[in-house]
Amino acid sequence: MSTATDLKAFTPQDYKADIHNDWCPGCGDFGILSAIQMSLAKLQIPPYRTAVVSGIGCSGKTPHYMNTYAFHTLHGRVMPSVTGLKLANHELTVIGVGGDGDGYGIGAGHFVSGGRRNLDITYIVFNNDVYALTKGQASPTIGKGQKTKSMSDESIMEPINPVLLGLACGYTFVARGYALDTKYLVELITQGIRHRGTALIDVLQTCPTYNDLHSKSWYAEQVEGQPRLYKLEDTGYDPLVHDPADPAEVTQKKAQALLRSQDPSGRIALGVYYKLEVPTYEDFLKEKIPALESKPLVDLDIYHRDITPNLQKLM
Amino acid sequence: MDENSKLSSFSWMIGGPQGSGINVSAEIFAKALSRAGYYVFGQIEYHSNIKGKHSAYRLRISGEPVHSHVETVHLLSALDEETLVGDLYHEFPAHPGHAHEIAPNGAILYARENQKYIEWIERDDIQFWEMPYAELLEQSLTEMGKPGQARAYRIMNNSMVLGASVGALGFDFEPVAEAIRDSFGRKAGKVAEMNVLCARHACDYAREHFAAKTAYRLPDAPPRREQVMIKGTQAVGIGKLQAGCGIQTYYPISPATDESVYLEENQGDHNLVVLQTEDEVSAIDAAVMAAHGGVRASTSTSGPGFALMPEGLGFAAITEAPGPVVVIYQRGGPSTGLPTRWEQGDLTFALSAGQGDIPRIVIASGDIEESFYDTFDSFNYADRYQLPVLLLVDKHLSSSYQTLPVFDTSRLVIDRGPVFDPSANGHGEFFRHAFTPNGVSPRSVPGQPGGVFWTTTDEHDPRGHITESIANRLAMMDKRMGKLTLAAREIPAEKKFRLVGKAGTPVLALGWGSTKGAIVDALRRMDPEGNTYSFLQIRVMRPFPAEEVRPILERADKVVCFDGNYSEQLARLVQSETGFQPHHRVVKYDGRPFSEDEIVTALEAAVSGGSERMVVTGGRIVGPEFAMVEFDRMVELRRKHAKMLPPMVPLPPGYNR
Repeated sequence: MSTATDLKAFTPQDYKADIHNDWCPGCGDFGILSAIQMSLAKLQIPPYRTAVVSGIGCSGKTPHYMNTYAFHTLHGRVMPSVTGLKLANHELTVIGVGGDGDGYGIGAGHFVSGGRRNLDITYIVFNNDVYALTKGQASPTIGKGQKTKSMSDESIMEPINPVLLGLACGYTFVARGYALDTKYLVELITQGIRHRGTALIDVLQTCPTYNDLHSKSWYAEQVEGQPRLYKLEDTGYDPLVHDPADPAEVTQKKAQALLRSQDPSGRIALGVYYKLEVPTYEDFLKEKIPALESKPLVDLDIYHRDITPNLQKLM
Repeated sequence: MDENSKLSSFSWMIGGPQGSGINVSAEIFAKALSRAGYYVFGQIEYHSNIKGKHSAYRLRISGEPVHSHVETVHLLSALDEETLVGDLYHEFPAHPGHAHEIAPNGAILYARENQKYIEWIERDDIQFWEMPYAELLEQSLTEMGKPGQARAYRIMNNSMVLGASVGALGFDFEPVAEAIRDSFGRKAGKVAEMNVLCARHACDYAREHFAAKTAYRLPDAPPRREQVMIKGTQAVGIGKLQAGCGIQTYYPISPATDESVYLEENQGDHNLVVLQTEDEVSAIDAAVMAAHGGVRASTSTSGPGFALMPEGLGFAAITEAPGPVVVIYQRGGPSTGLPTRWEQGDLTFALSAGQGDIPRIVIASGDIEESFYDTFDSFNYADRYQLPVLLLVDKHLSSSYQTLPVFDTSRLVIDRGPVFDPSANGHGEFFRHAFTPNGVSPRSVPGQPGGVFWTTTDEHDPRGHITESIANRLAMMDKRMGKLTLAAREIPAEKKFRLVGKAGTPVLALGWGSTKGAIVDALRRMDPEGNTYSFLQIRVMRPFPAEEVRPILERADKVVCFDGNYSEQLARLVQSETGFQPHHRVVKYDGRPFSEDEIVTALEAAVSGGSERMVVTGGRIVGPEFAMVEFDRMVELRRKHAKMLPPMVPLPPGYNR
């Protein structure tokens, strides 16, 4: 007897483009790419209803490996790009992908506004602490005093905490994944796509070529007798704001996320840090433009607009 | 007064501190005049400031179509002393007031409390008409049951100043009262009536005391007809509505913002999304992606904002997005420059912005009417050629307020360019950047089954994947740049340039953008028969109509090129595209638009053997010594008089400071 799973129309293979992949062997990006494809299959979102939009860098090549509408845009401009596309058609599943330098460095201003806007999109940051495609310079997430083998000297700037930055900017879903734990990453990305609002998923990603500090073995180390990586959900952590109208709960949930996101023990928590279910930008837009209730912007008639009332007001 | 005192056009000005409502008064008056059948051209000069700095609004009122302002003023209505004697509170004064602009026998309406400043005005050939505004305000308030509250209601001064002009000019008050009510809207009934009453008392007083003394009278009103009173920002905005624009992105910047605000007010009625972004980088990128998403997209900005957009232009061009349309409202540069003043300084920048070879269409509208139709066409070009379209307008065009015939939309057809048709595609694969005979590839729309595509800002193959192949690079460059050749072939000549007047006149004025109005009016004044002068207006800057305009240029004995910038940007463009060097180049870079008088002066100088490069300001051709002499004169003016306090802008009644 066949199960519902056997009847699925789309498999991860359906989201894979037939093209040679030029990432370095062993790159953490492979895990993230697979997780995106598996998540879409899990959610049964048709490839033609999906758009993957990237910035520039190694992660920027992700859309080329997807058999979906695919846009490889500009360095740092993932957020403006997904915003324009999503507004054109809010029925599309829009996934933004980019590096940590792309999102938290050159695109930081857009990152802030993206959180404030809260469109129903998913934003996955490939976070490997370096600008890899330009051969390994320090990125905004490298720690103060740290030096990878690709850097000539140690960083003398404080690193960005993506979870904290995401909370401050108003992202309504903030999660952290690990590129080499694909199975769990599929869980997070699936939840992120399902979330109504902008989902920020910061993915710790190994760069075997340039980042010798945060390698696969480093992530696998024990810290104070316990694994460095652990899952929030295994500790009874509840990320959900149960009453979005209660500002005290919102603050409390943000505070617990902040504390967990920079654990002084050196352990790193994976999972959903924060989740707030509130109306999206599209919901508010539909109040201003009621026609969007029935159709996305791209399908609304533009051939029969009548400017007569506008001109009459000027007479 | 005899019939001879009637002018073909009457020049009126209202001046006062920003925030005091002079622009509201001027626009109310303009609307009343327009409804009475007059042709009106309004021009405002204002500072980058919210309250207090000086602003002046001119209306040119005519019995025939009018497209520009003149230097002279027949009647000045002054709200404050600064309008009379100039800025006397800055170490280096901003302006000398407007008394010197009054035509001989012209008049100034001023408030009684400013009597002492009248003595400072060194002119005995003009009339000074004193208005008891304080008493009239008190009288009006008493009638409204609010005696003794004049201080609290000084905000209504602007209505009185308007009323005084109406009375002195002998214009009917009722249409003005109606326009005041319209301006306040239906909800503000009582406030509107208070303003009407104040204006009426001032009107009656001025009519009684001054109407008979006036040396200049309004021309006769032409027969009434259907016309609009419209600004450039509104014309562009309405053009976007008509064109089916689906998304407008913007970051606030003077003088472009008014257009986006206008569209924001129309979002629900026309299903147009207005997105205010965090910066202009985001504004253009969101618009590029909305265009890829299948929606007609645009953004509007000014020079400093466009300076953040070249990256996005390249993005649009290499990914062959169908747009966006970028409207650039030029203002005085460089950098922040003169945020609220006029300049045509971004022509060269618009043509070259971005790295590498970016195919783009660059259009320059000559007036408010053209800006409506150009906006509409821009969206068709964006879809048809899949490239960014830049529409150059400027502060003068955008903030001028003009009577125009109602736009004719009957021949405007939306053309979305080649689109992917899955049913006609058979089982063939879809290539978003396919090589086609004319270089334009059909586009699919994300969400469309069978239309999945890839695209990238890297050089790419027909499928949209990255490649650095030599053969592909050559073919893709030729494809993208070739679309400009296609556009050059398809865009009709009358949209690329315009010859105003007869072909083959000995003198040809050459210009672009909002200088058009002043040139057209100047030619009509100098040469009603049109045997000596004609005007060549360049409307499409890229692809430049070199072959079409070269013979026109070569045929004239003298070509006089007008540029609103220091570096003769149009003249240089014409020379680089056609090899033709205009005989005279007239430039203006004082932050103020060309007046009709300046065009006349420069053309006359050119005909009588003036220099090859002429700098004009304040209606004159000036030499290199002018700026410093004028600067010293202004400083001396300030030294001569005691330092004046900045004007106080009245606050609305009940406002708790």
